[in-house]
Amino acid sequence: MAKKLPPVDVVFVGFGWTAAILGQELTDAGLNCLAIERGGWRDTSTDFAVTFAQDELRYMWRRALFEEPARETLTFRNDPTQTALPMRHLGSFLPATGVGGAGIHWNGQTWRFLPSDFVARSHNERRYGKLPDDMTVQDWGVTYDELEPHYDKFEYLCGISGKAGNLKGQIQPGGNPFEGARSRDYPNPPLDMVYAPTLFGEAAAKTGHKPFPCPAANMSRPYTNPLGVQLGPCTYCGFCEKFGCGNYSKASPQTTILPVLMRKKNFELRTECNVLKVLKDSAGKRATGVVYIDAQGEEWEQPAEMVFLCAFAHHNPHLMLLSGIGTPYDPKTGQGVVGKNYAYQIVSGVDVFFDDKIFNPFVGAGALGVGIDEYNGDNFDHTGLGFIGGGYLACWQTNGRPIETHPTPEGTPKWGAKWKAAMAKNYLTTTSISTHGAVMSHRNNYLDLDPTYRNIYGQPMLRMTFDYTDNEHKMSDYLTDRATDIAKAMNAREIHAKKRTGHYDIVPYQTTHNTGGAIMGADPKTSVVNKYLQSWDLHNLFVVGSGAFPQNPGYNPTGTIGALTYHAAEAIRTQYLKNPGPLVQA
Amino acid sequence: MYIVTSPKFDRRQILSVGVAAGSVAVIDQAQARSISGDVPWEPGQANKPDTAKPGPSEFFSPEEAQFIDAAVSRIIPADALGPGAKEAGVTVFLDRQLAGPYGQAAQWYMQGPWAKGEKTQGYQSKMSPAEVYRAAIKAIDAYCNGKFSGKKFAALTTEQQDQVLTGLEKGDIKLDGADAKSFFTMLLQNTTEGFFSDPLYGGNKDMAGWKLLGFPGAHYDYRPYVKKHNQKLGLAPVGIKGRPGWNAG
Repeated sequence: MAKKLPPVDVVFVGFGWTAAILGQELTDAGLNCLAIERGGWRDTSTDFAVTFAQDELRYMWRRALFEEPARETLTFRNDPTQTALPMRHLGSFLPATGVGGAGIHWNGQTWRFLPSDFVARSHNERRYGKLPDDMTVQDWGVTYDELEPHYDKFEYLCGISGKAGNLKGQIQPGGNPFEGARSRDYPNPPLDMVYAPTLFGEAAAKTGHKPFPCPAANMSRPYTNPLGVQLGPCTYCGFCEKFGCGNYSKASPQTTILPVLMRKKNFELRTECNVLKVLKDSAGKRATGVVYIDAQGEEWEQPAEMVFLCAFAHHNPHLMLLSGIGTPYDPKTGQGVVGKNYAYQIVSGVDVFFDDKIFNPFVGAGALGVGIDEYNGDNFDHTGLGFIGGGYLACWQTNGRPIETHPTPEGTPKWGAKWKAAMAKNYLTTTSISTHGAVMSHRNNYLDLDPTYRNIYGQPMLRMTFDYTDNEHKMSDYLTDRATDIAKAMNAREIHAKKRTGHYDIVPYQTTHNTGGAIMGADPKTSVVNKYLQSWDLHNLFVVGSGAFPQNPGYNPTGTIGALTYHAAEAIRTQYLKNPGPLVQA
Repeated sequence: MYIVTSPKFDRRQILSVGVAAGSVAVIDQAQARSISGDVPWEPGQANKPDTAKPGPSEFFSPEEAQFIDAAVSRIIPADALGPGAKEAGVTVFLDRQLAGPYGQAAQWYMQGPWAKGEKTQGYQSKMSPAEVYRAAIKAIDAYCNGKFSGKKFAALTTEQQDQVLTGLEKGDIKLDGADAKSFFTMLLQNTTEGFFSDPLYGGNKDMAGWKLLGFPGAHYDYRPYVKKHNQKLGLAPVGIKGRPGWNAG
């Protein structure tokens, strides 16, 4: 029996980007806020100081900052006819445990989605006709224009380095001409560019594209954000994704919000406490708090006026399913919503090998690169192509960490003297072009509770059923072909196009861009939350993060997660607190 | 008014735990760490790496170490380009890794029920890495004993060793008590880790792996080099502990 604690106004489940943003906003509004985090406290100087941050084995391969499957994992299968089995160790994606969440170990690639991405179903059907029956793509219920001020706020919080391509409708040379109109430029200029992306940009321009420096949460100069928190200039050390930044140069909750939020009297953080359940009242109309288990195994009931699920993407719908909130999605009937439209990303690459170029791949930053956006979203005519959506192409120089990055040409043995020689020959002289493709939602890609496997607390694990469909394969092949065209224009010794073939595989690392399962929309019959991320069922429950994406566009998710969170915070501050209840009438 | 006016934790119950500094309130009432009022940074605290200790073997028996020396010498051989995996200390690296949390699969979900599953579902063996190495080395030596008239793997010619490793890689050799292919995958990955990780962990001795590639290691600041396009920088590698020349041993 859980012991009951004194109530608070607001409880956050998980303490990464979204809870930090909401914590800052809602404590400003005078509310007493409590964040409950399953992992421990983390700060730069203690946990990833520059004196030991650049340690590839420890942080990447021994998973120092990531969630431990021994405590919490999920089961996986490609399709509903298979038996799902546990993901026994991490691979394809790397959620975090601990204060700051995955906001500590991300690369910092901070994009806005296209205006047309938010109306993916209506836009594509208007232009290309009816979508296939099993493609469960939906409009978001929120528009780019509504989110624009909130994208802006997140970008200024983070100090994004970049070059505007569309300022209030005026196309800007050197920026991304396809982006939605922005109200002002990025807070910081682009990072200085290393050689390989520069060459890619030249080849892209030569072949008729409009290259631009990719938007980066790595600081191009010292920056003080609107909260007064200071970040230092990036030193291009090449240890971003999978690592904490030892230099306060990558935006994270730790480097942008926590120094202010943690000092507030109306904010409290409890670490090493795992929320097991969201409680609701007998009428099933309001959340009344959460039950959590602490590090000693004791259970506590924490009553709250408002509950925010701010855990990693798929952990939020998992907690809803465990708490009996909302109708679980059923792929057979298409009815129900919780767990619906799980999506991911489809990525491929083209390695480009030179004899006469030195790239020094170790001089890198997580979002240091040049991209093109001609083949993203609906920026190109899809007529006759057999797919919708797209992705950006980019030449990144994120790292030269040698366990992960030792490219060899096609046909090289995987071990032995020839492999050793090929690694030595190509390490400094090879680059690659990445494609970063959308995943459209599909009837059979979903999340539910596993019937067999249990987590360390004895609760059913989340079961993920996911595979790429024809839409993804056709789209990814198209993107890889376009990347190959540009690679050819770089006049390399040889190129190796690595198309993404076969089923989705949970083993090799791809991206930590898991989306869906608690999707937003305009209709409670087809979505879990409204445009303000407010549960249709319990008006004082908000479900925040990439779980809200109805499908996953061809960009990294964090910029949009930040924008959706600020959008929700504003509605709560200006509307909900005055008159608690549904912000959108069903 | 929407705000709940009930008090937060009773401040009389605050236990200022010894290490907490300044105004940070560390509350023990809920049996978990409660932090409010400040960033709970503490002087003198660092979440340091757990490094390899010098000394005798912690996991491998002498026979197992001979097998590993021989196998990693074929995966990354010593040649004109520089030291191989054995010379770079990869056997010590593997020994310490297998004796530690990685070897025990401490972070992995290791509860049943067990099923083979599809390749896309990943690792589904109930054996930890330490158990896989122990069983596979024994089984490979037994296989070699039968196939090569009483010789263990380490005693074979390099051509014969390559033949056996290729058989494991392709899954053509069936082992008693271990899956050949998944052992080979693990050995190749762990050898790569040992050859290229920071020397703190026992491998990459004298930064041999980093020198092979031209990777300068744990450098903090490359700003002077960002705009040096198409130039070899010739930076000497440095590890977390510094450079070999800086250390006594």
